[in-house]
Amino acid sequence: MKHRDAVIIGAGPAGLAAAVEIAKAGGQVTLLDENNKPGGQLFKQIHKFFGSSEHLAGTRGYNIGLQLLENTKALGVEVILDAPVHGIYHDRVVSFSHKGKEQSIDAQKIILATGASENTLAFPGSTLPGVMGAGAAQTMINVHQVLPGKKILMVGSGNVGLIVTYQLLQAGANVLALIEAAPQIGGYGVHAAKIRRAGVPILISHTIKEVWGNDEVEGALVTQIDKNWQPVPHTEKSFDIDTICIAVGLSPLTELAWLAGCRFTYIPRLGGHIPIHNSDMETTVPGIYVAGDITGVEEASSAMEEGRLAGIACAQALGLYDAKRALILKDQVWDRLNALRTGPFGEGRRQAKEELLNVL
Amino acid sequence: MNEGVKYTGVPAQTELEAVPGTPSLERLEKGPVAFIECVQEIPCNPCEKACPFGAITIGESITNLPTLNEEKCTGCGVCMSACPGLAIFIIDLSYSKETGLVEFPYEYYPLPKIGDIVPCGNRSGKYLVEGKVLKVKNNKKMDHTATITVEIPKNYCLEVRTICRIKEGLKDV
Repeated sequence: MKHRDAVIIGAGPAGLAAAVEIAKAGGQVTLLDENNKPGGQLFKQIHKFFGSSEHLAGTRGYNIGLQLLENTKALGVEVILDAPVHGIYHDRVVSFSHKGKEQSIDAQKIILATGASENTLAFPGSTLPGVMGAGAAQTMINVHQVLPGKKILMVGSGNVGLIVTYQLLQAGANVLALIEAAPQIGGYGVHAAKIRRAGVPILISHTIKEVWGNDEVEGALVTQIDKNWQPVPHTEKSFDIDTICIAVGLSPLTELAWLAGCRFTYIPRLGGHIPIHNSDMETTVPGIYVAGDITGVEEASSAMEEGRLAGIACAQALGLYDAKRALILKDQVWDRLNALRTGPFGEGRRQAKEELLNVL
Repeated sequence: MNEGVKYTGVPAQTELEAVPGTPSLERLEKGPVAFIECVQEIPCNPCEKACPFGAITIGESITNLPTLNEEKCTGCGVCMSACPGLAIFIIDLSYSKETGLVEFPYEYYPLPKIGDIVPCGNRSGKYLVEGKVLKVKNNKKMDHTATITVEIPKNYCLEVRTICRIKEGLKDV
């Protein structure tokens, strides 16, 4: 069996950043991903990122992805794609399928950077072709250059709903409206302002009542809802559409953490069940770390910082950094992470993250 | 009806007046100047570094709102394509007796051409007036965030923020 200092599962922003940190410290790293391309969601992020220059703010997501890939290449990180992991056994043996064969790696440290998946929404007609996750639509337009539809209704006003609406417009679709069940817009005002300038109405306190169509989506009925989330009579509006994109949040992909025996806690604000971990990102199973959306849904910038944190902590545990050096590096990452978790949008996440750290 | 960017996606007049990125009327009348429509404390500061004249300050906490030093600002527009939120505009009320200029970021293809007459819209995408395209900037450093300068009647300069995407006008929803 192959032995490695660290195996990282998931080659998205968190996994790539973690791999770079361990390799930089001199560790041998293997990065596994079930997809046929690395980068996770980074390569469909065609917008310029927020944050500060340390977070590469102002750089488009796919260029950040390219930089991370170049770093992993230069540092000799082994990346195995098309490699779904199906087992984590005692003493941190990681099993995965690759090219039709079962393979195992004996890892001293494991980092789970498996990301999150989109939540769905149930309504009459929600199983019709043409109802899809906003992230799926984003993959279609920005990775595969395929327009999912021409007349689209977006559901959900978090940053995903706002950004994907904008990108659908850029790709040449018409977004007839964005609806949001809550009484206010969830994502950044600047993202909302971009789609309003482009003429997309945003209807707060509105939800889908039904969607109709013979073999695919042909129309939708939306209704206003009151403060108890009940439909307000005579407020229905119908839309002639061919596609509905659902952007109602994400849930951490935690199966491997459950499988490995990690203890969990439940924090709705972070997306549900989250593996408990310490400030080094190490879970309750020694040697198994977590980073990115699996530790609570945020965005790519904080996922990369968490990946760096887990990577530095692994390097320290492997003896590649002494405690003093590791502390300096980890403090730098914490400063950058905390900078992203301030202000009216970040404060809630920061509190939820503190609650998570305090479970131990 | 609730006003403001949290409810409508459009920053309200009161929100714009309250933030430190909005230039004064006196400064606007003197010539080109940045109009920073950033009204929420989000973690973001590329505009600060982008300004070659040190006219934008965010400071240590990156969630601070950008503060415009309107005397230092020359209206060069470098900040516009650096802003990931596409929230900065350059307004020039001194262009001519009747007309002024609005320069805005624009990330749609096809880009308009110099001399084109284009339908110009406000912050809600509503058609207001026709404008003449005077400049289209789209260099490598801007990384695909082009900026378009339109000449429009002066009294529309504080409202026009884009080329209307839907030219036949918006339906009320």
